[in-house]
Amino acid sequence: MSDATTEAHGAPDGATGTGPAGGNGGLMVKAERVHKSFGLVQVLNGIDLEVRNGEVFCLVGPSGSGKSTFLRCINHLEKINAGRLYVDGQLVGYRQKGDKLYEMKEREVAFQRRDIGMVFQRFNLFPHMTALENVMEAPVQVKGLPKSEARRRAEEMLERVGLSDRMKNYPAQLSGGQQQRVAIARALAMEPKLMLFDEPTSALDPELVGEVLDVMRGLAEEGMTMIVVTHEMGFAREVGDSLVFMDAGVVVESGHPREVLSNPQHERTQAFLSKVL
Amino acid sequence: MSEENRDAVPDPLAKGGGSGQGPLTPGGDAADTPPEAIRAIPVRHYGRWAGAALVVVLLGMLVLAFANADIQWSVVGRYLNHETIVMGAVNTLWITLLSMLLGVTLGTVLAMMRLSGNPVLSAVAYGYIWFFRGTPVLVQLFLWFNLALIFPVLNLGFYSEDMNTVITPFVAALLGLGLNEAAYMAEISRAGIQSVDRGQTEAAQALGMSGNRTMRRIVLPQAMRVIIPPTGNEFINMLKTSSLAYAIQYNELFLAGRNISSRTLAVMEMLVVVSIWYLALTTIFSVGQYYLERHYARGSDHTPPPTPLQRVARQLTSFRTRPTLPEPATATAADGGTRHDGDGTNGSGDGTGRRGDSER
Repeated sequence: MSDATTEAHGAPDGATGTGPAGGNGGLMVKAERVHKSFGLVQVLNGIDLEVRNGEVFCLVGPSGSGKSTFLRCINHLEKINAGRLYVDGQLVGYRQKGDKLYEMKEREVAFQRRDIGMVFQRFNLFPHMTALENVMEAPVQVKGLPKSEARRRAEEMLERVGLSDRMKNYPAQLSGGQQQRVAIARALAMEPKLMLFDEPTSALDPELVGEVLDVMRGLAEEGMTMIVVTHEMGFAREVGDSLVFMDAGVVVESGHPREVLSNPQHERTQAFLSKVL
Repeated sequence: MSEENRDAVPDPLAKGGGSGQGPLTPGGDAADTPPEAIRAIPVRHYGRWAGAALVVVLLGMLVLAFANADIQWSVVGRYLNHETIVMGAVNTLWITLLSMLLGVTLGTVLAMMRLSGNPVLSAVAYGYIWFFRGTPVLVQLFLWFNLALIFPVLNLGFYSEDMNTVITPFVAALLGLGLNEAAYMAEISRAGIQSVDRGQTEAAQALGMSGNRTMRRIVLPQAMRVIIPPTGNEFINMLKTSSLAYAIQYNELFLAGRNISSRTLAVMEMLVVVSIWYLALTTIFSVGQYYLERHYARGSDHTPPPTPLQRVARQLTSFRTRPTLPEPATATAADGGTRHDGDGTNGSGDGTGRRGDSER
């Protein structure tokens, strides 16, 4: 992972072909000079990074640095304006034929998202469904699993996050930590190959953070590829395989979490870490 | 209160000779028994009592006036279940149901059009709402009824018919009421759909759900909570507004009443009959609306309040067990983490507490 190339604004030359040398080559996510703007506000200014299979990849940085936006680009909740973004060797949200890009139909985008689980800062559980129904919803509706099978798997997932006694509860009857664990179970029920965590503990009371991090730690141990936007430096240091520090829409510094966190090279990283650590 | 407290105070004082801490702990030296429940003399609402008395007197005068009025109650009774009236009521119900169905369906489509990214669709939807909300229903009813004046023949290419045969009073009433209702329902559905948090759509999309499925499974069920109450009001309004269709000769309840009174000259009597029917219909649907709202409130932050039947049942049991006053603290324990769905204990404590206050 190199430092950001800030100058290039246009799309990279069409010669990139199908992206990272045939298939995924051990890479789950590859970003090449990704740019994103909301109107006149440039949020991502050329992000280059690679996430390997089975890696726990932590994104840190001050608020407004574009880390959440980048995460949302990975499953095409946001469209990128320039650059290329690949998940498992496939371009996200576009098809490339020759040197032309074709926007994917909604159905195709939805199909790509099946394999990418996402956990939100504000949980976003479906409030009109019980915990069990929340977890069952996508396998039944999207994958067309029979209900009995989906129920069995949902119960398994909820047990895995330690909520087998809360299956019949509605989200409003659960604590924040319990809700976030249901949200993780809901994402896992689709058997994703990549999990995106968007500040999963930021909306939680301090004493509930641990239970969510425990579940995430367990996932990491099982070899799940995870991209985690977080302010939990302890988690990043302990569980993360690599860490990227972003500021003002560019990657400022990257490396192994322990190295970056204990010995930051860039002054912006130093300034940020001195405030949060 | 004061007397009882004075009764209680000497006790610790008497023992307090030994401990010296008696006055500081008025509940006695047994720390495990909670302090005595407060039995204060409630505030006297003299103004309200006077107001209530005045209202009762006025009500009595009203009843007296009607008892002496020149109205033949026997006629009211006789025509209450007259065939013509019942037929009219059935027609009223029928046109209301169909108009609402048309209104809700078309209204949802219009709401989606307005929310779609396409400027043509959203502008057309806006124009529709602008026209149908901006003109009186009565005018619209007559516009449909007199359509043959400007389009003598309905020609759809594959189907051609004399317009007067197509636009019967029923069809004119259905179009007039239903299309007008669609404009209002469009705004109601739009507000409902927009009330659902954006994060819900994102969560559904992140799971790989298509836009249609997200709308059907995630957004609309939540929007219902916002949509149902005003829709219920619209329905009840429609029951009454449908009486305007009498003007275009649709044989609904009000026209039925008029037909009889023009024959029998029992004008007031028939108006009373018709009013009783309207009241009965609106009451039935109000009850239905109440239970529908409860259904769509599931999973919302607060536990639903008890139904009237549950309330009556609870009232009876609470009279039997009056002496135990509810602990005020349990009613406000609404912390997300520890709350359970037992609306039994919470609700009853709340209900009896409030009711007891207002009665005394």
